[in-house]
Amino acid sequence: MTIAYKRNFPTLTINNVSTYYLLAAEAMSIHPFPLCFIMATGGHGAREEAEPKKLKLYSYWLSSCSCRVRIGLDLKGLEYEYVAVNFPEGEQQTPEFLKLNPMGYVPVLVDGDIVLADSFAILLYLDEKFPQHPLLPKDSVRRAINFQAANVISSSIQPRQLMLQHMREKLGPQEAIACAQDDLRTGFAALEKLLKDYAGRYATGNEVFLVDLFLAPQIHAAITRFKVEMDEFPLLSRLFEAYMELPAFQDNMPGKQPDTPAEHRV
Amino acid sequence: MQQKSVSPVDNSTSTAPPKLILYSFWQSSCSWRVRFALNLKGLPYEYRAVNLSNGEQFSPEFEKINPLHYVPALADADLVVSDSLAILLYLEEKYPHKALMPVDRRLRVLNLQAANIVSSSIQPLHMVSVLRNIEEKFGSEERSSWAQSKIETGFFALEKLLNSLAGKYATGDEIYLADVFLAPQIAVAIKRFNIDMSKFPTLSRIFNSYKALPEFLDSLPERQPDAVN
Repeated sequence: MTIAYKRNFPTLTINNVSTYYLLAAEAMSIHPFPLCFIMATGGHGAREEAEPKKLKLYSYWLSSCSCRVRIGLDLKGLEYEYVAVNFPEGEQQTPEFLKLNPMGYVPVLVDGDIVLADSFAILLYLDEKFPQHPLLPKDSVRRAINFQAANVISSSIQPRQLMLQHMREKLGPQEAIACAQDDLRTGFAALEKLLKDYAGRYATGNEVFLVDLFLAPQIHAAITRFKVEMDEFPLLSRLFEAYMELPAFQDNMPGKQPDTPAEHRV
Repeated sequence: MQQKSVSPVDNSTSTAPPKLILYSFWQSSCSWRVRFALNLKGLPYEYRAVNLSNGEQFSPEFEKINPLHYVPALADADLVVSDSLAILLYLEEKYPHKALMPVDRRLRVLNLQAANIVSSSIQPLHMVSVLRNIEEKFGSEERSSWAQSKIETGFFALEKLLNSLAGKYATGDEIYLADVFLAPQIAVAIKRFNIDMSKFPTLSRIFNSYKALPEFLDSLPERQPDAVN
């Protein structure tokens, strides 16, 4: 397995700046107000320095589910050890890996003695334990929309790709791609409807939340792997452009991972 | 749509019970999860049947409720939430009485992971539409072996995940989110796909615990207002 370290510097955004200076003030036993000037000038190391280096992420460069968690870790400024699982060589089916996740899927997060698989579960866990850059809005309506849209991708769209290998073997690559495109188009059409009343700069407003972490990798896969034409999905197209302006998204796309093969490296 | 008020088995809620409406189909295992959870939490609701057999999920009326055309969907005053996991997480936050998520963080993550194995890695792969697709392309034998293989892969994984922590229920002696997902999934595996549960002793044991619960029995497909013999 390829192992690398990722050091994420937390990005100061509207989501996290108040959390940062409040946490730092608490740590230093001073009133938060003077600190906001320090934070505004870029002194955002307090929370990050306090975090022990104990997170480990088992990931595969091309896995959209792993990509979701990579983005989440980056947004929260969490350092972790990247352990690549080589799918073409079947590393996900080794007894060693199956002990970590009996389903044989990535991503898997190890945090001390907690071992956790499934991207949805991992992200909710990270959000509870590391509250900087919250992944869920405070408003209960938008929270529900985040859960719903994220799970639409996680349970209704992405799992269809599990049929891809089967289709490819039985029907050939072109037919398999055509099936995948149909599934993606159906799912994207529904997401366009679901999100249209809530989207701002990002999917559920003007801040990045959970559903954006699911959308970005799914749209990226649809475009690059399955050649879906995005013209019929104007909202998702616009969101994707907004994601690609953010380093936390760009840096965690498949083309830039420690285990990205040379011919796919961006 | 067929409508009926359903009071769960335990009516011990505080004043002014919520006016919840559940859009459900009697045979939908995803709807079943929410019915079971509403019963466990003691939340009364109005049952509105959506007939998936005659395409009612594509009606303009239901399109407004869920543009993905799936059940379940839950209406709570002006808010409509679709997707069973989203509904259950919403219910946990809004109605914390009789919590379905444990306090202990390790158990919380285990419950989320087990729920997601069912929700993303088992059930979507044996949905009616997926199996119809498999049958059209590859034939009915392939359809059966596909469903069996996907369910058994998931069940073997769940056995390993849960065997050291399961008690009366999936993650101990209290019923939680994982159980809400597992109960319908195991029931469907047995009844619809003839899965041999002797390979899964932990899942078999906890299924027996579910069958003893009035809240589970009350959520059975055949007890729903739109059940057809």
